[in-house]
Amino acid sequence: MTDATFGAAPPRSAASTAMEARLKKRHRSERIFKAQGLAAIIVALVFLVVLVGRIVSQGYTTFESHTLSVPVYLNPDRIDRSDLTGVNYDYIVAEAMMKKLGVQDDDLGTVSTKVQDLVSRDFGFQLLNKIKADPSLIGKTITVSGSLKADADLYFKGEIKRSTAEGDRKLDNQQLDWLEQLRKSGAIKSGFNFAFFTNSDSTEPEQAGVLGAVVGSAMMLIITALIAVPVGVLAATYLEEFAPKNRWTDIIEVNINNLAAVPSIVYGLLGLALFINWLNVPRSSPLVGGLVLALMALPTVIIATRSALKAVPPSIREAALGVGASKTQTVFHHVLPLAMPGVMTGAILSLAHALGETAPLLMIGMVSFVPGVPEGFTGAATVLPVQVFIWENASERAFHERTAAAIIVLLVFMIVMNAAAVIMRRRFERRW
Amino acid sequence: MLTWLSLIVLALFSGAAFVAGRRRAVAATGGRARVLHSLPNYYGTYAALWAGAPAALLLLAGAMFGGRVEDAVLQSTRPAAVQALEPDRQAVFYSDAQAIAAKQSPSEVAYEGDLKVALDAKVAEAKRVGTLINVGMLAAAAVLALAGFLLAFPRISTEFRARNRVEGWIGVLLIGCSVAAVLTTLGIVLSLVWESWRFFQSVNPLSFLFGTEWSPQIAMRADQVASAGAFGAVPLFAGTFLIMFIAMLVAAPVGLYSAIYLSEYASRGVRGVVKPLLEILAGVPTVVYGFFAALTVGPIFRAGFNALGAMLVGTMPGVGQYLMEVQNQMALVAGVVMGIMLIPFVSSLSDDIINAVPQTLRDGSYAMGATKSETVKKVILPAALPGIMAAMLLAVSRAVGETMIVTMAAGLQAKMTVNPLDTVTTVTVQIVTLLTGDQEFDSPKTLSAFGLGLTLFVVTLCLNIVALRIVQKYREQYD
Repeated sequence: MTDATFGAAPPRSAASTAMEARLKKRHRSERIFKAQGLAAIIVALVFLVVLVGRIVSQGYTTFESHTLSVPVYLNPDRIDRSDLTGVNYDYIVAEAMMKKLGVQDDDLGTVSTKVQDLVSRDFGFQLLNKIKADPSLIGKTITVSGSLKADADLYFKGEIKRSTAEGDRKLDNQQLDWLEQLRKSGAIKSGFNFAFFTNSDSTEPEQAGVLGAVVGSAMMLIITALIAVPVGVLAATYLEEFAPKNRWTDIIEVNINNLAAVPSIVYGLLGLALFINWLNVPRSSPLVGGLVLALMALPTVIIATRSALKAVPPSIREAALGVGASKTQTVFHHVLPLAMPGVMTGAILSLAHALGETAPLLMIGMVSFVPGVPEGFTGAATVLPVQVFIWENASERAFHERTAAAIIVLLVFMIVMNAAAVIMRRRFERRW
Repeated sequence: MLTWLSLIVLALFSGAAFVAGRRRAVAATGGRARVLHSLPNYYGTYAALWAGAPAALLLLAGAMFGGRVEDAVLQSTRPAAVQALEPDRQAVFYSDAQAIAAKQSPSEVAYEGDLKVALDAKVAEAKRVGTLINVGMLAAAAVLALAGFLLAFPRISTEFRARNRVEGWIGVLLIGCSVAAVLTTLGIVLSLVWESWRFFQSVNPLSFLFGTEWSPQIAMRADQVASAGAFGAVPLFAGTFLIMFIAMLVAAPVGLYSAIYLSEYASRGVRGVVKPLLEILAGVPTVVYGFFAALTVGPIFRAGFNALGAMLVGTMPGVGQYLMEVQNQMALVAGVVMGIMLIPFVSSLSDDIINAVPQTLRDGSYAMGATKSETVKKVILPAALPGIMAAMLLAVSRAVGETMIVTMAAGLQAKMTVNPLDTVTTVTVQIVTLLTGDQEFDSPKTLSAFGLGLTLFVVTLCLNIVALRIVQKYREQYD
């Protein structure tokens, strides 16, 4: 043995240089491999950063909005007391603005049209409602404030630039001058966009908000939770604690695993054929949406509950059975309560997943335009992810920032739910 | 409303039955509670269950199927004036009659002459039938509740095994819940097969599966359907495959490499940070990816290719010209974004599988002097290969069934192409386009969505079954 080392060490033999070269090569390939792995991680994280960063940068401007307050003279000559709804309030608003700007309308009404293009139609509705409430206002001057039209709002946010050729933008130079004039006079103020959270969907971007979609999502999740969680937990309890090991339970088990991987759009087709066409559940209602999502969430709830039940050590069951509890009492008084944190974590996670689901809801008619908050569980409703889809399809540019803002709202809800699940796991997790 | 009210009344009755049952049990002992076979509450629960559960089930069934029974009764006799109408107009007629009877808003169709008379008759009939069903249902529920209570209450005695009976009820409930999962599958299969069968009555299944022309919008009239051959789904399969392939080209290497790095190289701290971040990527709703693809990745790719085309147009006019005309909605955009979506999916599945390879294999390899990368390539990956293949199959199944990204970022044109810069359409996109918007439910156009859905379901199911089989078999090897 010693001979061999002596023979090999002092003069570097050809074999040893070859070996060192090989070793170098091997180490290099080791480094390359590790770098590849690291690169993959970095690529994935860069994607995440770009995705989130891009949505935030597109959406955050929505949370700021510009409002205009202007004194409006309710000219009795223009308001027909016998037909209050037939009055052209938009023109009255335009008159007030023209007075403020110090311009005159021409015979064709081009100036007033251009002025009207700067403010939301909401001004007119406000006037109508005020006069309806108190007809004595006619002939007086009242101050009305409301949001600017989306294009004017985008100008102040820098989305529409003066440097763009005049023909390529929605507002011409004169309109931009007016906006500047109004801002200098202090009539236009910027502030937090509360309307985005208190309004529902609208055809006018500046009036569109997420309230209806948030309420719709909440109602749908309530239905989903009420069905998927109890049914899923009980099914898992049966399979894990009571079921005999036979072909039937094997089939059920394989079945559940496969259901978890069925594309979500197939659940939409099921909902359309079964709930809407066969059971006549109202289309695009939170009820039918909740039912479809409940079927979709069921397998994941079952799988999560089963693993939570598996984590409860057998000694608990044996102890309970030992003091004379029945099998049912053992499970419902001891095993299930101990597994509850895991069960609830799994349930919340699958509900969070259901909250973000869109495709099956398109199948059951949730793409329709729904102004206002849903009236009930069987009324037409829209939900947050579908609202995102609808707005993404809208052509107005102002809807794009609102889409991103709706996504931010959606992500915040999902983060809250996921955080709740994580906290629950941390807080109640038990090591046996 | 009526159902809710009767359910509340039923709950009160059931509660009263609970109190009565419990009292009777306690009274039967004459003050010596130990004589009872079960705890007193079980006797109460037994009485309450018999009083409440059957009637509640009946009421729920009534709420679910009452409308259908009413439909069937109303449509059993068809006045001549209605029979003269086209089938879809007839459906409107009946739904209007029901809407008027229920004091809801009917459609805006105007009815005159004979039709008006027929409508009024049907409205009266609908009111009558509706009342009859409601009253009958309530009466039946009341009888059931009383009968149940009267059946259960006298049986309560000190000897009576109430706990066992209640546990029997619980057992039935548990089995019922686990059957719900099977029923869901059954519901999916039956509804898809039933609607597809109706579709295949007007379109030959072979020309659907192997036809190369997809233009369902053209086939408006029934006589055009079969002859025009507008329902050949091969271009959709080709588009789906192309986008899936691009997605896997992104997701497979990135996901697999990151799984290897996380499980073999990364320190505990790095893993603790990176894994939750990847989970965030996995939790992002697909509609968000769709938005990202349509409004960010699409325009960027387009601008990039257009600029490249402008550079190349001097040297290679053909290619340059083509690149300059590339549109937002190319297969590449949808594929890449779908690949990003699949990265965490592939990564977490592969991570589990790599971690399941026993440590002894690694130790053996290190003892032989192998480096980490050699161990990974020569020992761990071959050992984990079946599992990784299964993970990839599951990812493929996800990619094939993914809807929102392709709906928002891929096009609608059915084309047979392997060019990633071209616009293609997929099975899921077509299902969405065929079923959103106004639909007459009987036209082959809408029914074809179910044919596509059935194909999609069968393909993903096969992928899943194969993948799950492999995973299971592989797990057993090392357990």
